[in-house]
Parts: sequence; structure tokens; C-alpha cells
Amino acid sequence: MTSPNETSAGLQATGVTGADAASQSLQRRLAWRSTLQALGMLPVLIILGVVFEFMSGRFLSFQNLSIVMQQASINTVLAAGMTFVILTGGIDLSVGSILAAAAMVAILGSLVPEWGMLGIPAALLTGLGLGLVNGALIAFAKLPPFIVTLGSLTAVRGLARLLGDDTTQFNPQLPFAFIGNGTLFGLPWLVWIAFAVVIISWFILRRTVLGVHIYAVGGNPDAARLTGIKVWAVLLFVYAFSGLAAGLGGVMSAARLFAANGLQLGQSYELDAIAAVILGGTSFVGGIGSIWGTLIGALIIAILSNGLILVGVSDIWQFIIKGLVIIGAVALDRYRLKGSART
Amino acid sequence: MTGSAPILEMKDISKTFPGVKALTNVSLTVYPGEIHALMGENGAGKSTLMKILSGAYQADPGGEIRINGQPVTIDGPLTARHHGISIIYQELSLAPNLTVAENMLLGREHKSGPMVDRRSMERACQTVLDRLGVHFKATTKVSELSMAERQLVEIARALIANSRILVMDEPTTSLSSRETEAMFALVRQLRAEGLAIIYISHRMAEIYELAERVSVLRDGSYVGTLVGDEISAERLVQMMVGRDLSSFYKKEHDAHQSRGRVMFAVRNMGDGVRVHDCSFELHEGEVLGIAGLVGAGRTELARLIYGADPRTSGEVFLQGKHLSIRKPEDAIESGVVYLTEDRKHLGLFLDLTVRENVNISVLNRDSRPGGILNLKAAKQRAAAAIRALSIRVAGDVVPVGSLSGGNQQKVLLSRLLETKPKVLILDEPTRGVDIGAKSEIYRLIDSLARNGVGVIVISSELPEIVGICDRVLVMREGRLEGEVGGAGHPPVTQENIITIATGVREAAE
Repeated sequence: MTSPNETSAGLQATGVTGADAASQSLQRRLAWRSTLQALGMLPVLIILGVVFEFMSGRFLSFQNLSIVMQQASINTVLAAGMTFVILTGGIDLSVGSILAAAAMVAILGSLVPEWGMLGIPAALLTGLGLGLVNGALIAFAKLPPFIVTLGSLTAVRGLARLLGDDTTQFNPQLPFAFIGNGTLFGLPWLVWIAFAVVIISWFILRRTVLGVHIYAVGGNPDAARLTGIKVWAVLLFVYAFSGLAAGLGGVMSAARLFAANGLQLGQSYELDAIAAVILGGTSFVGGIGSIWGTLIGALIIAILSNGLILVGVSDIWQFIIKGLVIIGAVALDRYRLKGSART
Repeated sequence: MTGSAPILEMKDISKTFPGVKALTNVSLTVYPGEIHALMGENGAGKSTLMKILSGAYQADPGGEIRINGQPVTIDGPLTARHHGISIIYQELSLAPNLTVAENMLLGREHKSGPMVDRRSMERACQTVLDRLGVHFKATTKVSELSMAERQLVEIARALIANSRILVMDEPTTSLSSRETEAMFALVRQLRAEGLAIIYISHRMAEIYELAERVSVLRDGSYVGTLVGDEISAERLVQMMVGRDLSSFYKKEHDAHQSRGRVMFAVRNMGDGVRVHDCSFELHEGEVLGIAGLVGAGRTELARLIYGADPRTSGEVFLQGKHLSIRKPEDAIESGVVYLTEDRKHLGLFLDLTVRENVNISVLNRDSRPGGILNLKAAKQRAAAAIRALSIRVAGDVVPVGSLSGGNQQKVLLSRLLETKPKVLILDEPTRGVDIGAKSEIYRLIDSLARNGVGVIVISSELPEIVGICDRVLVMREGRLEGEVGGAGHPPVTQENIITIATGVREAAE
């Protein structure tokens, strides 16, 4: 038995049937392995937490942990969308720019008298629309995802600046400010939203036909086509979903800052999102990975930023350390793939 | 010629792959200045033997290769080239964006100081090209050349490397008849220059015309060598076929369905390149074989019917109704399914579980509103499939990549069966499958036919085709060239099939 079982989409999750005892124990063992592998980076997360607590003495307070989760929330949302894309073997470099454009639309929408709440759906639609454009170019024009989203990374950044007349747009009376700064049952709204996105992603990936098809397209696109799977529909969906997640990220950012700036907002967010997905064990070639891994990856990145600040590491060294962690994770990805059943 | 000392002797060459013995104690002796043909069915071991000669594979210990009487160890392509061995592959290995000269001297560029000396390279290459009498220049880009001309570049490359042993693997497959004539002339010229040429071909006509000696391989073993006047189509076919396995195949479905009701018809199917104007009919409950050599267009025809590749002509009818199949989804929807010959790359999702692989074509059919998975149905289907096809697996949540070839094939077959097909096209259904699973798959095909499913079997294994099929269509060069087994046709025998597939009949005329 060589293959990492978290590779599989949802069908095995129903657990054990009335098979014989040997098969039951095997199924239990596989389920256990799959949990372990999905949470492969969890020990890293815990060790980082303990080390930072030890060095700073204030890391593990409820207040600080709440801040960490809040800091992780926007990246988690982007990374959830990115997980879908990378599971199909693609990449979405445009999420940071889409986030900026959507945040700008959210602020501009919020300035409409009486109808300020419309900023939220407007921003979500902006993200969805831009994601659909990416998806259509990839699914129908069959252009490489890297090229398409590299183009939209630049073009949408320009669009965001255009929308805001290339200045920072403010709204001190933001009608949905609670999203960015309020709490619900003691936890920030941002954290609840991120968690909801993770749950929805889990449901789509593990409990719907579409989810199985996403894993299938990523694992073997040629076989997927011959099996009668609508590969174009799957690709269109994942880029649209990633765009929608970036739109939501835009709302969250706008709500947090009461403002949006087309030039600076969301710069290089796509890199953090990709890093979270890869840290979470999703394979860059597609077909293997889980949303829980992505969540842990996003938390690791947030803990690194927060902890390094608490410990007093300079901004420059933070970059260097984060970069090395990402390279280490990709090395791990290679190592994991080597042992799998991908022959 | 045969009076001189052999330039190449391969003795007791064996090659074992995990689970398969590809070659068993094969010997081959080749003399300078001769054209030595190597024949055998698909999978007989010709390519494996040549790959050992070229250093792509290592033979098992115990064998010996001698060149000019000296024992040598060929541990890689560079050593092979050093010993004067060059192989011209069916798939050409040229870089189309480079010039002819650059390709010919790839890795051995002439230098003056640190710089590449283009002038000297082009001069040296042009000399060889002139000797071959070709019409293009050393400075021409390979992308501008035709397939035939590219083959000449490959030969020129072998000559400039001072090769003494030239292996040509089906060199005329992609050539027109005029180009083939030119190629023959060239091959004879090279023989006259004293080169030893190992010529792999399925075409009897070429063997007659060129070869002094023919060696035959079968199932990885050396069968024998015919010299000069001994070479005849009958003897070669006999040597290539050889065995009798009829007891292995049992038919319980009515083998005379071929006179029954037509359920499925294909008219004028073609893609303009590799498949031309193929028409046939399939009867209810019939097992119809499609035989032919590798490259005859069998897989391509199946993929056209299934909608996997675009067609330029052709229609498909099921029970009298015209089917509009433009993509695989359409075919599956109307009850026509296709089992790929390449289950690892085109069939299975190796990282997904057995359960997911069995269910993937019917997930939508089973799903609850909103596309939510019906986990219970999936589990039941997988359990039923494992029982029905006796798939040996510890549980249905095991990734399919960890199963043996035979069990993987059964998983793929059960995926097709879950869609309740009316017509099943099986492309090499027992490739890479152990003997036990083989007979189980034969039984499955038999019982499907008994239940009225129309089954089309594409296979390169003649005993298999002869054993399980009621009627066999034979393809050659993209066309349905003949039929055996139906009313008014010769009986289904390996000899009759090979005769049509290799075009012996034409050669004899």
C-alpha cells in the first residue's frame, strides 16, 4: 500500500460497511492514514506555536490567537479557492488583483446612499465575473492557466486602479464595517467567514459529484475526458470559484480597512495563497490534496508572521524565513509524491 | 557475405520485467553487408531485443553480445553508438527547430575554440547527404522536411557517426510507395557499402524484396532463421503463430449470432489521416473482433466511433437510429462505451479509490438533487462489482493504483458495465493482465454476449481474437481490408487473419 489516501475524493468518507473484520481494520487504517496525511503539517503548526510561546510568553493567549486567526482569514479564503484550482493541476495568479478590484467595487458601492449594503454583492459578482473570464480562456481557448492568470494579474490590477481613479477610496460610514471589525460569539466575523468558506469547500470537494470530478480532472485529464466528464465545466467552475473567493476576500479587506487602494491592496496575496495550498499538501500537478491541509497551511503562514513579530524578528528576516519554509514544503511535496502509486 | 565473420552476435539474451519474461535465451547473428529481417507478432520481443542492442534496456545476466568477435557490454546509448550501432526509430527523434546539420551532429558539434564551427559541420554533413543523393541541404530546418526526408536525416546521422550496424524499425510505415522505392534503393546501397542492416517489418512484400535472411521471434523466444530460398510467407506465418490455445477459450454464447439481427452499424468512418472509409455491422449478442498490425488504425477507428477524436466522415447507427456522437459523453449516453488500451494513462484515476473509479461514470445518474453524492449507492455498486468480477482487493477505499494489472482492468471494466452499455468496444482487453484474470475477462465477454450486448474486441493477440470472436474484421493501413468468419468468408484462423493483415495476398499476386 503506497498511495497517500487523502488523494481520494469523498466516496471513502462514509467509512465502514458490513465487510469482514480484516477489511474493516484495513478501512480504519486507511482512514487513519488519510487523516494523518491531510493533517501532515499539523505538527509543524503546533511546534511553531509552542516555540513562539516559549520565546515571547504571549503567543498562546486567547487574544493573540484570535488575532492570528483574523490575520489568517483573508488568506484562508483565497487559498480555499486556490485549492480548487491547484487540484485540477492549474494555478490562479490573479487573486490578489481580483481582491483589489472587488474591494474597490465594495467601497464604491457602499458610498451609494441608502443602498450601501449592495457593495457586498457587487464585489462578489466582480470576483465571480473575473474568475469566469479566466476560466473561459482556460477551458475554451485552451490557454495555459499560468499565462492567462499572469495576464489578468496585471490587467485586473490596472482595472482596480481605474475604478478608484488611482487614489485611495474611503468610506468612514461603511455599512458593513462589522464584517471587518465586529465579533460574533467572541470570535471576529472574519474568522467565521473563513471557516464557513472552508466548510463549503469541504462539502463541494467531498460530498458532490463535482468534487469527485475535480479530483478526476486533476489526476488524469485524458481519462476524465474519455470517461465523459465535462472537463471544460470543471475548469470553468474552479476558476469562477477562485474568483468568487477573491471577491469575498475583497469585501473582507474593504470592511477591515474602511478603504481600498487599487495600487497596493492585495499585492502578492496570490503568493501567500499558493504557499498555503502547497504547505497543506496539495500536489502541484493536481489530483491530490485536501481543504483541511490548506487551512493548516494558511494558519502556519499567519503564525509565522505573527510569531516572528512577537519575537522581534525584523521585517527583512521575516521574508527570508517565510520563503525558506515554502521551499521546504515543496521539497516535502516532491518527497511525498515519490512514494505514491503514481507510476 | 555469409562467408565473412559475423559483425554482431547476440547469444542467450533474456530480459525480465517485473512479472513478465519478455525475452528467453534469444540469439541473433548478423553479418556485414547483409539485410537481416526480424519478424514476429506484436509483443513477440523484437523491440525489446533492439532496445537491449541500443543500450536502452539492460539484458539479464547470462547472455552475451559480441561485436566483430569481441564481447562487449552495452550499458547505455552512448556505448551503443561507440560500438557503431544506430537505431532508426518509428517515432523519429529529431529536433524540428534545428537544421539538418545540427541534428546530425547533435552532441558532437564541431568546435573551433569555444565556438561552434558551423561551416565545418555543414561541410561534413553535406558530404554524407550528397552520398545519399538527397535533395535538401545541410542548412535546411528539419521542420521543413517531409516524413520521408526526416527519415533520411536519421540515416545520415547514423552514417556520419560511422555506424556499422543499422537497425531500421518499420521504416516505411509513413512513406508513400514512391518514397518506399527510394528507401529500398538506399538500403541496398548501404548494404553494398558493407553495413549490416537489421530490418524490422511486418510487411511480407518488403521482406521478399530486401532480406537475405529472416529471423523470427515468438513470445520472447527465438523460433528460427530462414535463408534465401527458404523464405516463404507460409513458413513465416507458421513460425510466427505456432501455438494452440483453443482450449483456453470457451464460448457459451450462440456463435451464430452473426446471422442474427443487426444492432449497430458504422458507415464510412474516417479521419482523413489514419482511418479511411470504414463500414461494418455488429449483430445482437455477437463478439466481433478487429485484428490488424500495430498502426493499422484499429484504436483510431474505435476512438472515432466513440467520439474521442474528430472525424472527417462517418455515421453511427444503433438499432436503426442515427447516433450523433461528437464527444465521449454522447457515446456513453447512447449506450456505446469504449475500453482504452492504455488503462493507466487514459483509463483509471490511479490516485482515486476503487469505489470512485467504479462509480465515476454513473455519479450523476445516482446523485441526489443539487449534485450531491449518493454515497450509499456508490458503496453498493462498488461492493457488487467487486463480487461480480471477483476483483481481488482488500477494500473498496484502496487507491486503484495499488492493484495488480488484472484487477485494475476489472475495475475499469466494471466502470463501463455500470453504465449498462448496449455496445462495448474493448481495446486490448487483456493487455498486461495475468493468465487467470485473462480467462475471467474472456468469460465476462462471453456472458455479456449471451445477454445480448454487442461486443467489439480489438486485440493484437491472434490466439485471443481467434479464440473469443465469432467474426473478425481485419484492418490494414487504415482500411477494413477483409473479413473472416462471416457467411461467405474464410473461417476464423490465425493464418487467414495474418494473410490479410500483412497483405501477403497482394504480394503473391
